[in-house]
Amino acid sequence: MNSSVIIFPGSNCDRDMDVALKKFGFKNKMVWHDDDKLPQSDLIVLPGGFSYGDYLRCGSIAGKSKIIQSVIDFANSGGLVLGICNGFQILTETGLLKGVLQQNKNIEFICKNIFVKVNNSENKFFENIDKDVLELHIAHNEGNYFCSEDELKSLEDNNQIAAFYCSSDGKVDDKSNPNGAIKNIAGIFNEKKNILGMMPHPERMIDQSLSGEDGSIFFENLLKNLK
Amino acid sequence: MKVKVVVTLKSGVLDPQGKAIQQTLNGMGFANVKDVRQGKYFDIDIDENDEQKAKLSAEEICKKLLANQVIEDFKII
Repeated sequence: MNSSVIIFPGSNCDRDMDVALKKFGFKNKMVWHDDDKLPQSDLIVLPGGFSYGDYLRCGSIAGKSKIIQSVIDFANSGGLVLGICNGFQILTETGLLKGVLQQNKNIEFICKNIFVKVNNSENKFFENIDKDVLELHIAHNEGNYFCSEDELKSLEDNNQIAAFYCSSDGKVDDKSNPNGAIKNIAGIFNEKKNILGMMPHPERMIDQSLSGEDGSIFFENLLKNLK
Repeated sequence: MKVKVVVTLKSGVLDPQGKAIQQTLNGMGFANVKDVRQGKYFDIDIDENDEQKAKLSAEEICKKLLANQVIEDFKII
């Protein structure tokens, strides 16, 4: 399976993602934001980081970069697109995903392990996943997912909420919401479920020495689903 | 000509920075400050002499880049 990770100026999880994808068997290529064509890919990843220093709004400048039109075309033709953290912010700025990631409710940068409950496994990203509560890592200042009431209703009606922040035993409650995200939303899909944006970083949990391996479950499963 | 643009959060959208500023002002003795909303200001120099045309450009600029209309409003002043 071929994957591509897009690098923007200020991306800083691009190489972690490259390591993770290769570890689980993807043939990964790195793609510069100023290119206009994507290599043949089964998966496009918009990595975490601080593209363009978070100027204007997180992800807004990257969302207008040269490569983005190719990513939009790829996504609209059904290609799998994964946006992690800043990648999620970029996806909302391009309009591929609904809503917006606002500043964390407590105005603090949050860097810690959290748990998410997978809400919809009828898609390539989570189908047949062994665990429905995953321990992943978050590191963000703007992860507070927000959308209008109408948009929230349509996300719920179309089963587009990918994952909720939850406790270690899978309870979705205020206490386990790290950033104030509406309804504890940690990640969402587009309507067709071929685009996933989420704040937690699975690529940071792929080795025992990195405080956990639930990210491995995500990548192994994703590769299995694509084969 | 120069066009000035103000981008603010829509009413009802949480503004934690504005809230922190309001609370600080209250703590400093400005007890009459009831609410603060923080926004962004842009000074844009557009190569256009016709005010109407410049403002139309500015509007498009706001819609396409400067404001995220999910949570923000803009005003051309």
